[in-house]
Amino acid sequence: MENVGVCDEFVNLKATELRLGLPGTEDEKQKVSCGKSNKRALPETEKDIESTGKTETASPPKAQIVGWPPVRSYRKNSIQTKKNEAEGQGMYVKVSMDGAPYLRKIDLTMYKQYPELMKSLENMFKFSVGEYFEREGYKGSDFVPTYEDKDGDWMLVGDVPWEMFVSSCKRLRIMKGSEAKGLGCGV
Amino acid sequence: MNYFPDEVIEHIFDFISSHKDRNSISLVSKSWHKIERCSRKSVFIGNCYAINPERLIQRFPSLRSLTLKGKPHFADFNLVPHEWGGFVHPWIVALAKARVELEELRLKRMVVSDESLELLSRSFASFKSLVLVSCEGFTTDGLASVAANCRHLRELDLQENEIDDHRGQWLNCFPESSTALTSLNFSCLKGETNLAALERLVARSPNLESLKVNRAVPLDALTRLMSCAPQLVDLGVGSYENEPDQESFMKLMAAIKKCTELRSLSGFSEVAPLCLTAFYPICQNLTSLNLSYAAEIQGNHLIRFIQFCKRLQRLWILDSIGDKGLEVVASTCKELQELRVFPSDLHDEEDNDTAVTEIGLVAISAGCPKLHSILYFCKQMTNAALITVAKNCPNFIRFRLCILEPNKPDHTTSQSLDEGFGAIVQACKGLRRLSLSGLLTDKVFLYIGMYAEQLEMLSIAFAGDTDKGMLYVLNGCKKMRKLEIRDSPFGNTALLADVDKYRTMRSLWMSSCEVTLGGCKRLARNAPWLNVEIINENENNDLMMERNEEDEREKVDRLYLYRTVVGARKDAPPCVTIL
Repeated sequence: MENVGVCDEFVNLKATELRLGLPGTEDEKQKVSCGKSNKRALPETEKDIESTGKTETASPPKAQIVGWPPVRSYRKNSIQTKKNEAEGQGMYVKVSMDGAPYLRKIDLTMYKQYPELMKSLENMFKFSVGEYFEREGYKGSDFVPTYEDKDGDWMLVGDVPWEMFVSSCKRLRIMKGSEAKGLGCGV
Repeated sequence: MNYFPDEVIEHIFDFISSHKDRNSISLVSKSWHKIERCSRKSVFIGNCYAINPERLIQRFPSLRSLTLKGKPHFADFNLVPHEWGGFVHPWIVALAKARVELEELRLKRMVVSDESLELLSRSFASFKSLVLVSCEGFTTDGLASVAANCRHLRELDLQENEIDDHRGQWLNCFPESSTALTSLNFSCLKGETNLAALERLVARSPNLESLKVNRAVPLDALTRLMSCAPQLVDLGVGSYENEPDQESFMKLMAAIKKCTELRSLSGFSEVAPLCLTAFYPICQNLTSLNLSYAAEIQGNHLIRFIQFCKRLQRLWILDSIGDKGLEVVASTCKELQELRVFPSDLHDEEDNDTAVTEIGLVAISAGCPKLHSILYFCKQMTNAALITVAKNCPNFIRFRLCILEPNKPDHTTSQSLDEGFGAIVQACKGLRRLSLSGLLTDKVFLYIGMYAEQLEMLSIAFAGDTDKGMLYVLNGCKKMRKLEIRDSPFGNTALLADVDKYRTMRSLWMSSCEVTLGGCKRLARNAPWLNVEIINENENNDLMMERNEEDEREKVDRLYLYRTVVGARKDAPPCVTIL
């Protein structure tokens, strides 16, 4: 898991070792706790790890301590979302449609919610996606928008909150026909 | 007083509303206790596990307003497992069963379910006010029940909750007959709302004073909302990334100009600079401003805005305002009482020259004589600055300083910040809340124990050298109620020195310290009126209890203890062991 890998990295970074007591005293035990965070923390810490990854070449990333700085999750999340957007790199993902000869690429950060994304896809590929129902999936069309998430699973677009979708979507695929039915109709 | 009939005494008690005072009254005599408890309308419970709902209802049969707090404060920073507890459901069930005529419910850090909200909405015919702060576990479906069933609802205030937004039609669920709303805050909802329903609701609520919308309410909708509610006193706006066109801008400004009662402004999760200027006409009336979510706004735009806000009493801002910006605040906002400066860069990744330092803090202390509460995130601090701040502002009630890098010393002398914080506690005789940071030895705790006589809440992180530190605090601070410590070398000696001290405190939190399982067990044995909780996510209850002698020396990851009259709670998850 990513967290364990990051922990190993931290143990090796003398520069960021935390010490208790005044500088110049004997080396105390290191008190960096990481990877123990509960499920709620995971999306944040994963994002943190991604952002430190980028600065690796510049300078050693500071040790990321659980719960520090003491900023509420609500606030932390909104800063992180802002950072991802402001990075300017956008979040480009490939979009394929069954039967179409070539793929397209879209920047997920250009959209605020699902309806905007759907409209854009419909325009791009000239199709209609039908109506989304929480239990039954998409109805009224042969086309079903799906995406591959971080774990490599194929998911139905629209099931998870928008922010979660943007941070976990690796690519999009608009399924058509019989294959679509399996996913689209209440698994 | 013995010669007055009970009704007269009760009438006199009606004038006394503070919880502290009413608690004191109830201790005077049996008859006063009885009169007080029968007439008490509003109860505050700082720890929902200190008492149970049945006993509460028994003691206060006329209960109308209840405030409950659940998870410990450090839950805000992901230090408490998600499933720890703090469920409101049993409370609502008990209150409903006893037919309490509940009118107000305020919850902080509690787990609320849609089922709870549904039961709440159906059980209390006079229910008027629901305030949820940092809660979780519910969805917009729960809100729909409240909207639909609470016919006399006046206040629905949702602050920083984790709400699953089903993007449904909960706003539609307010019946057409609902016209009593005075306060509506749904700023923490992430999804889109039914704008038409919102506009209709606002239009039919002439008493609406406080409206805080979420990010998904666009500018033209905001303009329409303000136009039909010019009586607003407190406004939270959405997210306005793009510059408005000329027409939209003029309409917005016209609507804002009409809101002459507006005193408090917040929201702005993104705001284009031009948008901000539309609010200039009402700046001079503002007493409260929260721009702490507007990350992209540069310091100079913030400064220009604040220059108009001469009556500001409360300001929440990001550190992008810089020392220069704080100097402007100091020279403009002479009525300032509360300041919070939040970090815009959490991991010190950027070489940020514009963030705030000790210079900004000193400027504020010099310029704002009424300042009594501060929360300040910064990258560096000096003892000299803190000593100056203490001299300038002896009236602090709350002083929370967070230097982003743990253990960071005075950056000019490389010494610890003991003297700086010592000066603060010595000068600020009324200090009730203190958060420490930076490099600190046992000495700072000596000062705290010696001088901080009114201190009720102390937050310690990465500080101290030995148990002496914690002992100074426990022995010296007679009014201590909440003590929370993380990553500091305090152990069993300090924990066990004075067990009776915990009778006078609400709770103690210690994580990543030196206390051992054996020490905690000993404490639990000596203090049966305490719940001593060990939180360890990698274990479960059974393994914990089977530990042999050797394991007693093992350090406890997280310890949370609190006084209680109802013994060990029964809803603890596997990762929590109650000794």
